[in-house]
Amino acid sequence: MALPKYTEPHYRIWHYIYLTICGAVFFFLIAPLFVIFPLSFNAEEFLSFSDGMKSLDPDAFSLRWYKDMIYGTKNPWGLAAKNSFIIAIFATIGSVLLGTVAALGLSSRHMPYKGLIMAVLISPMIVPLIISGVAIFFFMAKAGLAATHTGIVLAHIILGTPFVVITVTATLSGFDHSVTRAAASLGSDPVNTFMKITLPLILPGVISGGLFAFVTSFDEVVVVLFLAGLENTTIPIQMWTGLREQLSPTILAVATCLIILSTLILVTAELLRRRSERLRGINR
Amino acid sequence: MSSETKQILTTDGIPLEVSLKKAERKNKIKAFLLVAPLLFFLIITYVFPIGDMLFRSVDDKMVTQMLPKTFKAMENWDGQELPEEEVFAAFHEDFIKLVEDKREGKLSTQLNYTKNGFKSIIKKLRRASKKFEEGNYKEQIMSVHKRWADVEYWRAIQRRAPEFTGQKYLKGMDMYVNEEGKIVSVSEDRRIHRVLWLRTLEIAFFVTVFCFLMAYPIAHLLATLPMKYSNLLMICVLLPFWTSLLVRTASWMILLQQQGIVNDFFVGIGLVADDNRPEMMYNKTGSYVAMTQILLPFMVLPLYSVMKTISPSLMRAGKSLGGTPFVAFWKVYFPLTIPGIGAGCLLVFILAIGYYITPALVGGASGTLISNQIAFHMKSTLDWSFASAMGLMLLTGVLVIYWLYNKIVGIDNIKLG
Repeated sequence: MALPKYTEPHYRIWHYIYLTICGAVFFFLIAPLFVIFPLSFNAEEFLSFSDGMKSLDPDAFSLRWYKDMIYGTKNPWGLAAKNSFIIAIFATIGSVLLGTVAALGLSSRHMPYKGLIMAVLISPMIVPLIISGVAIFFFMAKAGLAATHTGIVLAHIILGTPFVVITVTATLSGFDHSVTRAAASLGSDPVNTFMKITLPLILPGVISGGLFAFVTSFDEVVVVLFLAGLENTTIPIQMWTGLREQLSPTILAVATCLIILSTLILVTAELLRRRSERLRGINR
Repeated sequence: MSSETKQILTTDGIPLEVSLKKAERKNKIKAFLLVAPLLFFLIITYVFPIGDMLFRSVDDKMVTQMLPKTFKAMENWDGQELPEEEVFAAFHEDFIKLVEDKREGKLSTQLNYTKNGFKSIIKKLRRASKKFEEGNYKEQIMSVHKRWADVEYWRAIQRRAPEFTGQKYLKGMDMYVNEEGKIVSVSEDRRIHRVLWLRTLEIAFFVTVFCFLMAYPIAHLLATLPMKYSNLLMICVLLPFWTSLLVRTASWMILLQQQGIVNDFFVGIGLVADDNRPEMMYNKTGSYVAMTQILLPFMVLPLYSVMKTISPSLMRAGKSLGGTPFVAFWKVYFPLTIPGIGAGCLLVFILAIGYYITPALVGGASGTLISNQIAFHMKSTLDWSFASAMGLMLLTGVLVIYWLYNKIVGIDNIKLG
């Protein structure tokens, strides 16, 4: 963003003010995440930088809290991590299956009442989580699924499908339907056409929708708080309890692991988005 | 030419129009069948339960079921004078049954909600009713306590006859139905819910404004920078977006605590004295700061996707026609970004108005929102019908905004990432 040579001084000043504001906002966005990282290696029990850490004394850093996270007595994180992954994986599979099929129908130009149905399908994303939580709790309690993994998985499918529907419909909006007609004219049945032609083309959208569904389930705490029993505890529930009672450095160790996980997901999602845009021929 | 020959026929001899309609219908059914599994799944597990909340919020069958005969007998009572013997006899019959089932305590709690003073006289009635003789129940009940001879108390019972009530909604707005059947507000020092509603709106509004003010410049920068730089900066927006909400809240708890980094910094530059560190957490400030940072990506992304489509030559054209850069920005660029502003602001406002986790952790008592109150009634007081009523009031507000969003932006235009 180099300024042209003829720029007048007061616009030049304004331009630098603008860049400073932008820098400050980016700092505000990203800096809080980087506070957690060094503090999780703190050798002491405090949640602020000790004098040793400020002078980069190696003795002030330790893996103590990571050890506590993994081997600590009465440690809830192992069970929580196991539950979180099981629930998130099944919720993702469910969301992707239901959401992709629904998106295929929604993208057809023959779909009746498209607007209304879309509004219903997206609603779990718009309705405040606390209301979804109350409603889903009432349903699961009646169905006898409260405090079960099945109940939580179903709840997370509800919350995850809107993301899959949105990403897959977006991918399908640039989809050239003449390729499926070409396949049909060459004698392919609809299932074969879908598996061999449509699916590979919309796969980036499906996977990125799946990532959204995974993250939604993996981070979700409001609905789980209503549904989970002691056996169904998840990482977010443990973090929530920990943050409410006492902010311990062990939580920061867990948080660091979660930030690493979200970085991996971000990189995957970005690569997929670019691949999808290349496939759909959107020039940037 | 006769009219029959005008009709175009397909090779099967069926009129083309009919055949086309049939094909169209087949396609419609096909499309619908694809959507059906998810649609029905959501209707059963999600839409109906929300309807169930509506039912719970107005449900008031408890007293109706406890005093069925009394209310039947009361149908002919005009509520002016004390009711006839018939009503007293029916009440006695219902009451004896409740005492047998040990449920008269529940009745007294329920009636006490309607009018204070029922607790003690129901206790007295239970003791006295053991010695009641048959017949003339009016005299016998009235002699237990003078309040049983007060027509006000019988009117209070009659008010609980309907199976449905809107009183939970009134309670959500700090109002109630008084003895004369008029809707009035509770005394000023007890209006906790109105304060909460206003605070929720206030925090959601200002968080939206802050997000807009911060997101506009950086979305503009991201949209105008060359690809290789903007991709790098985009990570600053997307990484928080993908990071767990609890992790981000935790980092704000570390930053904002009294011995935390922000306060250390303020002391370091001499802005505040070391012994006078301000409370930045467990109050409104905490909610504002944390919610703004957490919701900022939801404002940046829609703005960015709109700004990306605006050709830079438009600004150049504006300037070449004699506008200063500010005029060109205000008259050309800004109006083109309005769809993005609408989308971003509505999205952030909708998300902020229903926020629960972050205010609960960093908001303290003065920074909590209506969602926290709903959770409190679901978990602590177990007044589920009140929680449902407040939830639906919040939902109505959100749906109005959602409807606006749909009108202005269109749901199909929601973009993620």
